Formats: sequence, structure tokens, C-alpha cells
Amino acid sequence: MIETEAGAVGLPRLNEPAPPFEAVTTHGTLNLSDFEGRWLILFSHPADFTPVCTTEFLAFAEIFPDLQKRGTDLLGLSIDSVFSHIAWVRNIEEKTGVKIPFPVIADLNKEVASKYGMLMPGESKTETSRCVFFIDPKGILRAMIYYPLSLGRNMQEILRVIDALQTATANGVATPANWKPGDKVIVPAPNTQEGAEERMKAGYECIDWYLCKKEL
Amino acid sequence: MACVNPDGTMTPSAIAILTALRSAETAEEIAPLAGLPLFRVRSALRELVAAGLVAVDDGRHSLTAAGVARL
Repeated sequence: MIETEAGAVGLPRLNEPAPPFEAVTTHGTLNLSDFEGRWLILFSHPADFTPVCTTEFLAFAEIFPDLQKRGTDLLGLSIDSVFSHIAWVRNIEEKTGVKIPFPVIADLNKEVASKYGMLMPGESKTETSRCVFFIDPKGILRAMIYYPLSLGRNMQEILRVIDALQTATANGVATPANWKPGDKVIVPAPNTQEGAEERMKAGYECIDWYLCKKEL
Repeated sequence: MACVNPDGTMTPSAIAILTALRSAETAEEIAPLAGLPLFRVRSALRELVAAGLVAVDDGRHSLTAAGVARL
């Protein structure tokens, strides 16, 4: 990865090992490898005790049981101290009754944020943007989404991405635009002329040889 | 430290893990017994080994005499 003048490091790449880290969190010191064997959603937020982030934490807590059903752990991050994180999650619980069930990295030295390209100096030099990284059970980075400071994330999209990644991984398929669980999936296009001819006889729902769908 | 409080006392999750170690050896076995997520158990086991309360050999964990004394 390439370090820039502002100290931010280039983005990690899809389908490569997620950058390893050891970090202080609200649940103790955690390594990326502690999550091996399960899916992990690593997300960053700009700062504790801020309005959009608070709505996001409440929303992440709401989908937490759905993520657990999908074998998926959640891990938050911001450039705040662990004491700030603890005070904020306790404040959220006190004011709303919602307990934050996932750990949050206290990335005061920006080490993890830099490794994952969470800092966008053009937007803020002191806060991480709203990034979401989907890491598979083998530690491979499978998807990432970036949102600006002003835009709170859509939890249904995060669930949809996990469902799509898990479906694609388990079945060797792709998912079309706006796919949701239960919809037909895309059979990978053949890459030979012979394969294209065979594909049209395979009994799939095809628009043409390169776009065929099937039920799972 | 997530396992040992600044005053030297053990956290509830550490006690749960040490208790589970009476009948389990791996993080995967300990997690359901302790009622903790796997990542928490892996992290805590590192701390407990460093504190001399747990021994590890080829991924299999056991209580040390000091660990037994904490229960």
C-alpha cells in the first residue's frame, strides 16, 4: 500500500487478505485473526457522541441478531479513546435502553484506519469516514463500501451484501442488481464457444448465453 | 486487560473461561460453555496465558496451578 503526504494509506484490495491488526477495543485487545472462521464486518464511524453515528450504532445493534444468525461478527472503529467509547455506549444504553453488543476499536494512533484507507483527508483529517469492510472466514476482504460523513448507512444493504457474498461463496454464482435472498441467481458466463453452446441447452432461464439465471 | 481488573481481580468473562477450562481445551469448545463469542475467548486466552493462569500446547489449553487457585 502507498502512503500519502496526509498519512492516509491506499485502499486495501478486494480478494486479498485483509490487513492484519492488533487493536485496543471495548472488549479488550483483539487481533483480526481472532475472528477467523466467521464473517466479520469492520466498520468505521467519524466520532463518538455525534448524531449520525449514534443513529448508526443503534441501527447496527438492531441488526446484530440477524448478523449472528449469518455467522457474522461486527467490529466498530473510530479515532477516539477506549474511555470515550465506553462512555458513549453507556450513554446510548442509558438514553435509549439499547445495549451495544459489539466491540469498538479505539484507534487513537490511526494505525488500523490507515491500513484500511478509512481516512479521507479531503473530507476530514481527524475523523474516519463511514467505511464498511466485509471479511470472510479466511480473512479475505470480499467487499467494501464508503460513505461520506453526512450519510448514515443503510443496514438492509449491509445485510444484503452479507447474504449475497455468502450465497455466491456457497454456490459459485453471482447475484444480479437488487438481488435479495430467494431471488434467482446468475450462473457465471461460460468462457469458451463450446461452453456458450452448451449453456443454451442447460435448462437455465437465459436472455442469451452470457446471461442465465437459476433458482437455488 | 479484559480478564484481570486493575485491582487484580478477575472479570466475570475471565472467570467463565477459567471455569469452562475444567471441561474444555480449545477456544471453540470454551466459547459456548462460557457463553462468549469466539473472538472474545481467543483474546482472553492470550491474556490468561500471559498472566500465567492458563497453559497452552498446540492449541489446547489447560489451567495452571495459579489458574486453579483463582477459581
